[in-house]
Amino acid sequence: MLMRGMLKTLTVFPNLREIGRMALRGAVLLGFAAAFSQPASALVEIDITQGNIEPLPIALPSFASEGAEGSVAADMTSVISADLKRSGLFNPLDPASFIQTNMNVNSTPRFGDWRQISAQALVTGTVIKQPDGRLRAEFRLWDVFAGEQMLGQQFYTTPENWRRLAHIIADAIYERLTGEKGYFDTRIVFVDERGPKDKRVKRLAIMDQDGANVRYLTKGDELVLTPRFSPNRQEVTYMSYGAGDPSVYLLNIETGQREIVGNFPGMTFAPRFSPDGQSVIMSLQQGGNANIFEMDLRSRRTTRLTNSTAIDTSPSFSPDGSKVVFESDRGGTQQLYVMNADGSNAQRISFGPGRYSTPVWSPRGDLIAFTKQHQGRFMIGIMRPDGKGERILTEGYHNEGPAWSPNGRVLVFFRDTPGANGGPQVWTVDLTGYNEQRLETPDFASDPSWSPLIN
Amino acid sequence: MFKRVNAALGARWIAVLFTVMFVAACANNPNNPNDPNGLASNVRPGTGQDFVVNVGDRVFFEEDQSVLNSQAQTTLAGQAKWLNRYPQYTITVEGHADERGTRQYNIALGARRAQAARDYLVSQGVNASRIKTISYGKERPVAVCNDNSCWSQNRRAVTVLNNATN
Repeated sequence: MLMRGMLKTLTVFPNLREIGRMALRGAVLLGFAAAFSQPASALVEIDITQGNIEPLPIALPSFASEGAEGSVAADMTSVISADLKRSGLFNPLDPASFIQTNMNVNSTPRFGDWRQISAQALVTGTVIKQPDGRLRAEFRLWDVFAGEQMLGQQFYTTPENWRRLAHIIADAIYERLTGEKGYFDTRIVFVDERGPKDKRVKRLAIMDQDGANVRYLTKGDELVLTPRFSPNRQEVTYMSYGAGDPSVYLLNIETGQREIVGNFPGMTFAPRFSPDGQSVIMSLQQGGNANIFEMDLRSRRTTRLTNSTAIDTSPSFSPDGSKVVFESDRGGTQQLYVMNADGSNAQRISFGPGRYSTPVWSPRGDLIAFTKQHQGRFMIGIMRPDGKGERILTEGYHNEGPAWSPNGRVLVFFRDTPGANGGPQVWTVDLTGYNEQRLETPDFASDPSWSPLIN
Repeated sequence: MFKRVNAALGARWIAVLFTVMFVAACANNPNNPNDPNGLASNVRPGTGQDFVVNVGDRVFFEEDQSVLNSQAQTTLAGQAKWLNRYPQYTITVEGHADERGTRQYNIALGARRAQAARDYLVSQGVNASRIKTISYGKERPVAVCNDNSCWSQNRRAVTVLNNATN
């Protein structure tokens, strides 16, 4: 007889300002349930510290629908499956191979049937329309070999919010099986590019991390570049060519309100938030020199961090805020340097052949990602903060501008193609370098930046 | 010289350049009865057209460099002479980079190029208060093919007259 865990629900009222989704009006309830403790040795797990990972075979029969409209249950299952597949850590099995069919969240799995098709994990679920119009989604994650439930949760949400709910469930599955935070309930801000190469129109845009729900944040009347997410508010900082000098701006994604960051005597560019979200670090161009400045967003106080006759740019804080990595050509070519957050003790960390640029510190603190140019090729790579352990994850005609997923497992970057009809597209690659995928966008797209985890 | 003018297709000069291209085409055709002496004779001195056609509005740079070569210095000296003759103009020097670099660096590299051109104009007697600079990095290419013949046209500093008339 199978021991089945109960579904536990804890209703959470998220802070709407923190979550910041226009779609999340009204009482959105997100559920939470504890994992059911079982002997750890019996459970299927993915060790993501390995280099080349064999994806875990997982079966996701379409969630059952009780009164829910249209194909929402099947659509949610597809979104969960696609999230897990794109991570490179899971291999969702072909539903045509399933022996046991018509599953719902209360079905008793015939584990032999699932073992026979080599599934190691199984997810069952049901989507139920509530009398008040909301959706209730329940799911269970099963260890096929142990014959045990690993996780059971239920969530409530408004029907239009179904995609987000699917991402939250995918995150729960990812987290339970890998032991690390998921990153599916997140968004990516980027620059939408359209029109011929010599008359490109660029707009800030935002989309879910799987490319859905694209929304434009600027109109295309001004050139916009390098948007970066705030770590804790629904804000992006970016560079825009408006009136006067091109400058760093802040944009509130919810209200559309924007403001110039600081009152600098020259062009400011290459902005990025500090880990606490309270300041912006950026370059200020003065004559032929670019130096790095920090501005406290509350006191409006500015601090100069570098003072060189070189191009110092692309600053990025370590997650603990104690250090800054940046690129500089002070030694003759673009190289990476790490300095203390007060600007002292800058040390060069990149020493391989070629030019290094656009460094960005991993949210886990353990790695720095960068663009590298060598012999006409553009690469995305990673190294440790001391400069050791350099690894190139992808290379080609033009790869540029990596940004980290909030769990530090995946990099998003853009890849440009040559010639008059060429243009940039957004790609992701995980830390193994084996799982490289294009992210669909409506048109050309560049300068992607990942949001923090929404919850 | 006219060959270079032909390549000089800045977005701000579309209207001007229709005329420029016509003039250049005429100049390149010795049999054209409308342009017997091969000069841009129908351009009025002191106009924006005059500046672009007879002086040259841009200089070019080597890869990842902001050093002015002798040809660039000659062009800028001509610009300075012209600007000193027509003091009613203020100018913006736009710095640009080719696409074979990263975005943030190219913004600073374009600024360095604009600054180099500006400093040269100032050294030739143009009042610094008449000159603004801006960098577009790699965001505003004029040539879009995929080899150095295009990239070299994009590595440029362009002197734009802010209050030009034709």
